[in-house]
Amino acid sequence: MKYVTEYRNSEQARGIAREIAAAADPAREYRFMEFCGGHTHVLARWGLTDLLPKNVRMIHGPGCPVCVLPIGRIDMAMEVAQKHGAILCTYADTLRVPASGGKSLFKAKAEGADIRMVYSPMDAVKLARENPDREVVFFAIGFETTTPPTAVALDVAKKTGLKNFSVLCSHVLTPAAMEHILLTAPRREGDAPFLDGLVGPAHVSVVIGSEPYAQFARKWKMPVVICGFEPLDMLYTILMLVRQVNEGRHEVENEFTRAVTPEGNRIAIDLMARVFRLRDTFAWRGLGSVPHSALALAPEYAGFDAEARFGLIEHVVPDNKACQCGAILRGEKEPFECKAFGKACTPARPIGACMVSSEGACAAYYSYGRLRK
Amino acid sequence: MCLAVPGKIVTVSSAEEALADLGGIQKTINVSLIDHPQPGDWVVVHVGFALQKIDEEQAQKTLRELAALGESAACEEPAA
Repeated sequence: MKYVTEYRNSEQARGIAREIAAAADPAREYRFMEFCGGHTHVLARWGLTDLLPKNVRMIHGPGCPVCVLPIGRIDMAMEVAQKHGAILCTYADTLRVPASGGKSLFKAKAEGADIRMVYSPMDAVKLARENPDREVVFFAIGFETTTPPTAVALDVAKKTGLKNFSVLCSHVLTPAAMEHILLTAPRREGDAPFLDGLVGPAHVSVVIGSEPYAQFARKWKMPVVICGFEPLDMLYTILMLVRQVNEGRHEVENEFTRAVTPEGNRIAIDLMARVFRLRDTFAWRGLGSVPHSALALAPEYAGFDAEARFGLIEHVVPDNKACQCGAILRGEKEPFECKAFGKACTPARPIGACMVSSEGACAAYYSYGRLRK
Repeated sequence: MCLAVPGKIVTVSSAEEALADLGGIQKTINVSLIDHPQPGDWVVVHVGFALQKIDEEQAQKTLRELAALGESAACEEPAA
């Protein structure tokens, strides 16, 4: 497949890994956070961690929308389908996330709730058109990649006067979460910062551009490299980060120039600004309440807000006590450090969201690396 | 969730919709988020939407850099 296969050459991967090993100063440790769960999977799936020198460590970040979605939001979606009898449209990942009382949207579906798995928000719009006598709710989750498509769906619904369509908006923002991580991360021994660099997400940056990361380079003196989703992209990015650290630079560099520009996708950014407004605060699993980190519908689109339409209230529900998702999402623990990992908690029977999602760190370790230790 | 795939636009049917080839599978995608979609354009496709055009020149530039890195490191290998 063009733009995929050519970035997977194993000879070149070994070559770049040797370059990283040559560049890395053995006297120090390098700690880089890949914010995005997609990158966590790239590292695990291609065995890239094993190609890195011991002192170059990758810390997994919270960039997995399903993982950071608190139980309370899943409960709200459940209420829409079960109590209000609406057709709930959701991306596949959300179906298996544990909700309150050992439930999940999958179990609710098995019990008769009308829950439909959709590929695109436009599928939900189509369902609303085909079922004019039913309420159709789109469970909108995700970072800035899925947000513009939700905005288009809302805009189409508004322009065509689609009365029975609404959105349970749970979209979250990458820069706000990054800022929170940098603000709250514990210091290392010797008061060194928790991280030496950030791997910027690929497809989020396709939308928002590389400019929003300049604040992290400036304020936190943090090297940032935006990285594509193929193995060679990842290794090249790590090399770029090592070089920045060695040279005492802290800049935003872009490895994924084939799809990311400084300004991002202007049409998408303008549409998001029109359709959504910033929430004052939003509860994240693992990170807690993060100010200005999520979106709700702008007043002009408030008629499509499922929270208002069905009088939904978000309740704070604690995670399962055995689950270490919170610490894993903050990069403070590795999946192997959770007692439930691979035993009580597996992709088939997940206790925590990090094991559910195709972007969760636990799912990555379970799928590709559980026999490594 | 944030993973997208590269796709090639085959035909543009309206300002909103186009038929795209995604690794051999043809699918209708929404193109309202990109400027002037044209047949032959490669785009990043996510949840049924083209999010951005892929810049072929930049893609080649990155590939050249990657190849140069792989080679230079290989040359530094001590002869076995």
